[in-house]
Amino acid sequence: MNPITEQPVLKVSHLTVRYGSGCPCCGTSLEKNRCRKCGTVWAANDVSLEVYPGEILGIVGESGSGKSTLMKSLYFDLEPTEGTAYLRDYQDGAKDIWQASAAEKRRIRNCLMGMVYQNPLLGLRMEYSAAANIAEKIIAAGSRDAGAMTERAQDLLSAVEILTSRMAEAPKNFSGGMQQRVQISKALANNPSLLLLDEVTTGLDISVQAKVLDLIRKIKARYGISILLVSHDLAVIRMLADRTVVMLDGKIVESGLTDQVLEDPQHAYTQQLVHSML
Amino acid sequence: MDILQIEGLGKQFLLYEQNKQIRSCQDISFTLHEGEFIGIVGLSGAGKSTILKCIHRTYLPSAGKIVYDSKAFGPVDLAAAGERQILFLRKHEIGYVSQFLSVMPRTTAKEHVMGALLEMGEDGEKARAAAEEMLSYFRLPEELWDVYPSTFSGGERLRLNLAHTMVKHPRLMLLDEPTASLDNKTKVLVKDMLKRLKSRNTSMIGIFHDLEFMDGVCDRVFNISEGGFVG
Repeated sequence: MNPITEQPVLKVSHLTVRYGSGCPCCGTSLEKNRCRKCGTVWAANDVSLEVYPGEILGIVGESGSGKSTLMKSLYFDLEPTEGTAYLRDYQDGAKDIWQASAAEKRRIRNCLMGMVYQNPLLGLRMEYSAAANIAEKIIAAGSRDAGAMTERAQDLLSAVEILTSRMAEAPKNFSGGMQQRVQISKALANNPSLLLLDEVTTGLDISVQAKVLDLIRKIKARYGISILLVSHDLAVIRMLADRTVVMLDGKIVESGLTDQVLEDPQHAYTQQLVHSML
Repeated sequence: MDILQIEGLGKQFLLYEQNKQIRSCQDISFTLHEGEFIGIVGLSGAGKSTILKCIHRTYLPSAGKIVYDSKAFGPVDLAAAGERQILFLRKHEIGYVSQFLSVMPRTTAKEHVMGALLEMGEDGEKARAAAEEMLSYFRLPEELWDVYPSTFSGGERLRLNLAHTMVKHPRLMLLDEPTASLDNKTKVLVKDMLKRLKSRNTSMIGIFHDLEFMDGVCDRVFNISEGGFVG
């Protein structure tokens, strides 16, 4: 690889997500992320970033800083007000995914990206079996071969260390850590080139957290996948992310090499964040 | 030939909450020839680690140039190079060793060393063989290879760090107090290993507390005081 000429897997430019009517001077005077004049909320404000092949990009920031807004925009869970996003594997990075047709968006969601939500309820069908959850994703990508699906589900579940003897069980019977791992295997079902991980270790106890971190690292090594990793846990970011961006009030306030951002933070907010670390 | 040329390097930290500017080092200039070993000594707080961290880009330099003659891209100013380029150089050419160990949870000593090669794209079997060779080279007892290093002693951690960095055969090694908190016997072992690295033409910059230890290892010694070189 040549880091100078490499094409990014994902390139987001000027993403803005606004909630509210807007006003002629909207955005010029904000109180945190809210327009003082008309009350419009700027959930994401001119966010630009790139994710390169095989790298983990960390995103840190407090609640309400726009981390999940970014992830949800990318996964088409919400519609951005402005901005463009290009995926290397969609039309060779020549077409903005947010301008794609509904059918194309479904294909991008199913085949080119995988998403793991903080809340497993959003990512899994709790009543269906673990294997069916994975099969759902494969069917959405167009396959109808039941045998191949079962085999794939077995592979993926053992890759995330879930006993294949439990693949017929519904995730509602699983522990939080197991649900998170089923979500990860579901996200990987169609070999996406980009994985979106939104606070995947939050709320898990420390030994389960270590297991999930270990899994993410192995997945990156095994599948060479690029990962966008949102976390408010700086220790998780330090362990996994190659580069890190820091968000505050919908904006990116700092970005850099992870160790540099954590050891030599340049922005007042990042300094505050790092100094609050246990 | 010079592998590293540092010119007018300065670093200050701006602390917003305290509204303070802290000056760490200023106007540092020196060159490192290929295969040379430069030692930096000085009181704690004088700015020794800052210099190494600026070269590694863990700190963003405030002033000056750090021109590294890389194998992959030719001369690169590490103070201004892009993040992806720095990551590549860290992975392939520049190693950093300190007394502190940072290992992923649930990773054994051997997996830790193998990881360095796997991220370079080496295949599993080769990585395993090279990791084992390095661990025995640095005399880490074999019964510790498959153990999680969080329980290791200071000397064992350091040897693991050295193995993790050296397995990649970096061209430039940055050693941040590698002998701190080690007993004499282990120090001698480290010294011997540094000599062996030097014989392999590895260029090195090291920070040391004890001058006597440096004897016979370093080609040149700089003394840093209040952020600048003296003598």
